[in-house]
Amino acid sequence: MAVRKNQANLTATEKRNFVNAVLELKRTGVYDGFVRTHNEFIMSDTDNGDRVGHRSPSFLPWHRRFLIQFEQELQKIDSSVTLPYWDWTVDRTANASIFGADFMGGNGRSRDAQVTTGPFAYSTGKWTINVSVDNRNFLQREIGAAGTLPTRAQVDAVLAMPVYDTAPWNSASEGSFRNYLEGWRGAGRVHNNVHVWMGGQMATGVSPNDPVFWLHHAHIDKLWSDWQRMHPQSAYLPAAGTTNVVDLNDTMRPWNNVTPAQMLDHSSYYTYA
Amino acid sequence: MSSNVSRRVVLRGTAAAAAGVALLATGAQAADHTGHTTDHTGHGGHGTGPAAFDEVYKGRRIVGKPVTGGHEAHHGGFAVTVDGKELHVMQNADGSWISVVNHYQVFDQPLALTRAAVDALRGATLVPIAMN
Repeated sequence: MAVRKNQANLTATEKRNFVNAVLELKRTGVYDGFVRTHNEFIMSDTDNGDRVGHRSPSFLPWHRRFLIQFEQELQKIDSSVTLPYWDWTVDRTANASIFGADFMGGNGRSRDAQVTTGPFAYSTGKWTINVSVDNRNFLQREIGAAGTLPTRAQVDAVLAMPVYDTAPWNSASEGSFRNYLEGWRGAGRVHNNVHVWMGGQMATGVSPNDPVFWLHHAHIDKLWSDWQRMHPQSAYLPAAGTTNVVDLNDTMRPWNNVTPAQMLDHSSYYTYA
Repeated sequence: MSSNVSRRVVLRGTAAAAAGVALLATGAQAADHTGHTTDHTGHGGHGTGPAAFDEVYKGRRIVGKPVTGGHEAHHGGFAVTVDGKELHVMQNADGSWISVVNHYQVFDQPLALTRAAVDALRGATLVPIAMN
């Protein structure tokens, strides 16, 4: 059984194996396919139209499936690798070990926001940005230039919300655990604010260009799991018959063979340490 | 939000420049401030349409205007370009805006969103991404 660990607890070997598997997916082109898929969904998911990956109830099961697919690709390279998660309520500065040269690398330099340290720096020749919204081909970060990392108290306030999601099932949903965790509502603007705080590609539609994307979303996924344990009587909503929205037993694009109902229990894929 | 935009501008030491170009707001934008704008979005319920603009911000020509058809109409009925290249924008249900450059941060108006995109681009050229 795969065990997803807090990135702060990884050994040097585990960090190296994860990085090497990510670099191999990049080399073969598999990685950029994930970036392209994410951007296509983020540009097409709209509040008043069809919405699957974002701003909708299926934000959580869609990303769970997306991360499982990515993790399975990593495991084809190295079967020992699992996705670590980044608890940004604890590791909150650009000096945290997650941004060390042995793992994610550091902040961008001031001149052009280019990341110049670690395995994903452009100068390594192994991390060229190919799927981009502009003509820069290097990884960028502007850590802390905008946005604020959510606090533990803000996360706890969201976890206390008992209702999974509410009409109109989009970025305007009030009283919605999903929408407050996604961050279109709520003091912490939880998931969204982490993207903003990172800056660079993480703030854009092509955010998976930064490998931190996976560690961020693994933590969001864990928070969904934590919420389920806190609210065992709370179900995924909506149940059926909702226009433009993925109901419990509807299939999700792009896979078309998996439903939110099949993503509610992650324990057959992985557990959290 | 705009406070974040201001903060980013200040961090780069160009607050004075930004304040200067803000004074270059076009006649179209000034007219919008009178409250006589028309909703061209084709979506009832969005209320008054956002203010059109055409200005030079940090040396980039930024244009935003209502549109009535095509891809943009689906995303709020407003099209934005930076030096003639489309900046993909989208309106949220509460009336706020995001772009493909700032996709997790909401802005009250497309103008602030577009200036934030110029800040993030640092002179880079927008490249449209083909959608399947």
